[in-house]
Amino acid sequence: MTAAVAQIQTNSIEDAPLLKVQNLAKFYGSRVGCQNVSFDLFPGEVLGIVGESGSGKSTLLAALAGHHQPDRGTIHYRDQDILALQESERRRLSRTEWAFVHQNPRDGLRLGVSAGGNVGERLMSVGSRHYGNIRTQALDWLERVEISPDRIDDRPSSFSGGMQQRLQIARNLVTSPKLVFMDEPTGGLDVSVQARLLDLLRGLVRTLGLSVIIVTHDLAVVRLLADRLMVMKSGEVVEQGLTDQVLDDPQHGYTQLLVSSVLQV
Amino acid sequence: MIQIENLSKSFTLHNQGGAVIPVMCGATLTVEPGECVGLIGQSGAGKSTLMRMIYGNYLAAGGQIRIGNVGVVGATPRELIRLRRETLGYVSQFLRVVPRVPTVDVVADPLLQLGVSERQARCRAEELLKRLNIPERLWSLSPTTFSGGEQQRVNIARGFAHPYPALLLDEPTASLDAANRKVVLTLIEEAKSRGAAVLGIFHDQSARDQVCDRLVDVTAFAP
Amino acid sequence: MNAQAYNFAYLDEQTKRMIRRAILKGLAIPGYQVPFASREMPMPYGWGTGGVQVTAACLVPEDKLKVIDQGADDTTNAVSIRKFFEKTAGVEVTEATGEASLIQTRHRIPEQDLSKDQILVYQVPIPEPLRFLEPRETETRKMHELEEYGLMHVKLYEDISRHGEISTSYAYPVKVEGRYIMDPSPIPKFDNPKLSDSSAIQLFGAGREQRIYALPPYTDVQSLDFEDYPFEVSKAPHDCDLCGAKDTYLDEVITDDAGSRMYVCSDTDFCSTRRQNGHVGRLGTPVSSEVA
Repeated sequence: MTAAVAQIQTNSIEDAPLLKVQNLAKFYGSRVGCQNVSFDLFPGEVLGIVGESGSGKSTLLAALAGHHQPDRGTIHYRDQDILALQESERRRLSRTEWAFVHQNPRDGLRLGVSAGGNVGERLMSVGSRHYGNIRTQALDWLERVEISPDRIDDRPSSFSGGMQQRLQIARNLVTSPKLVFMDEPTGGLDVSVQARLLDLLRGLVRTLGLSVIIVTHDLAVVRLLADRLMVMKSGEVVEQGLTDQVLDDPQHGYTQLLVSSVLQV
Repeated sequence: MIQIENLSKSFTLHNQGGAVIPVMCGATLTVEPGECVGLIGQSGAGKSTLMRMIYGNYLAAGGQIRIGNVGVVGATPRELIRLRRETLGYVSQFLRVVPRVPTVDVVADPLLQLGVSERQARCRAEELLKRLNIPERLWSLSPTTFSGGEQQRVNIARGFAHPYPALLLDEPTASLDAANRKVVLTLIEEAKSRGAAVLGIFHDQSARDQVCDRLVDVTAFAP
Repeated sequence: MNAQAYNFAYLDEQTKRMIRRAILKGLAIPGYQVPFASREMPMPYGWGTGGVQVTAACLVPEDKLKVIDQGADDTTNAVSIRKFFEKTAGVEVTEATGEASLIQTRHRIPEQDLSKDQILVYQVPIPEPLRFLEPRETETRKMHELEEYGLMHVKLYEDISRHGEISTSYAYPVKVEGRYIMDPSPIPKFDNPKLSDSSAIQLFGAGREQRIYALPPYTDVQSLDFEDYPFEVSKAPHDCDLCGAKDTYLDEVITDDAGSRMYVCSDTDFCSTRRQNGHVGRLGTPVSSEVA
């Protein structure tokens, strides 16, 4: 055990950020989507972004993931200037080293394609041309997200919401991405299904060493998943820090309001 | 190992007219390796607040906290996460876990985060659960459904899974029966003898007498 | 109809120039779908309006035209298109593959190898091979632009997972010169190998979808597949019952209420030429006795 500890001590603190965001801004006409956003995300780190609807958190996520072009600022991924990349390179990145988990699995899945085909698509898009191998990997991933292997040829339209969401995660993670964007991944799910998904995500984050940026309005979700928290209001980050510190000792008035508004169970 | 100097804390309630409530100032104490220091003072005097500041859960308004060679005040989240993962353990009064995760995995979690193999981590977790008299049939269940005493023991097992060089214990023996109380005190003794610096809150006078080398009254740090 | 009221081959010269520009662009970028301003033609969509416009733009008075539908010269569609150009262009027509300078086809490639003086015009219903899995045109264009073709294999994957083999038997997707994925129109996959390295010019017209694409002569065309499920040509395990050919694409014809059936070459010209040369199949009779 001590050997393992020693190893971790030597390799973690000096490593460079995976994602470096500086002064990012996105405007919709004269209206602010988000602005003055800067942060570093390190390998293996889970960053939660919270705030109420319209606070700019989804706009920020979309800008980071390359779904739209920000108006100001820079994004560096492993020293690559993301905003200067050719579209083909950016899209390649987004189906290899990056992944995006949508709130509604229908946005992230092909409902007319079998579960196996959904998981295999990313493999095929990076050049896998061996059916047997693709299928083996698809089965492996279905198992990892706790979907019975005998559902591999079923279409996701016959799956429950929780299963669809787990399938979307498998589809995204099959190419071993480094950075995963999640937009309210537990949003439409009932509480027991949410718990299962959270557990699954936590396990995957740890075993795969994923870096995650997760947008949610659910403070309980970030408390369990996120190492670090950014609180957004009116397009700006009003507070950031260690997740439990921000939630237990919020400094900004808005965060205090947010935390005190959560219903206690 | 744990050094606190001139630490102060206040809460600003922005939604209540910006009222500033000072809760602590001038807190100073040290805990040496192999030593257990007990915090005393009546309820609300700031014992838990002090613990939480040391753990980085509450932000200090001023002063210094050092754990080994890491300064907690002003540390980045990353530094704090690393400190908590490797150096500083904390047994709070509440168990907060992802629902549905089996007890044995909850206890093994701190070791897994350190990259210890799953087999080794589980082995250590099972050993602790056994010592703390959690019946084996419960190990595969989530602790969320357990009784208060059982949850507390799971929490303790989790806190002792990794041999942290510094440990914060918030009422570790509350709501435990005599037999389990004894196990916990033995665990604390063992931690001390391997050189851990332990800072604890013990309401139980006899427990305090048994493990604490010194006591610090936090009422002295009242603003 | 007074055919003289129309320009040569029905379309006005400006329209033909526009279509020729699209054809030339298509030939320059093999497999790329060139948008063009498809005109209303005096026939319904689905009857070959794309092919007819391409044919009209290519025809010159010296041309000899052949029109086939599923290999046959004598179906309604083939006969009416042939008549259409006889009337509007006054060109000579033929049923003999070897004699034709321009062949318009629906769903087949003639069995006989084409030569460098010939043009083969395909009628195309849906030119976009990615359409079945990706309904957004903006996205499929982007996928072609960036060569993001993983999705095409998803379709083949689905085939294998559902049927144990790549069951797509017509409109089987191909990759052109290692670049563009192309729908070869609904020809049987039996014909796919003939797309590649052909001496003739191959032009594809989709009237409703307003797209033209092309394969210049001697273009490399590969059918997509998996390493462990390679592309295979398939045909009915029979010989032609009329001419006895063993290696042609066959149509199945039900001959009575008892379920009797016969297999005949779908390429009628190829079959009758063989019979005239004395070949006789299982149910066939020598040509001379038929005439008598």
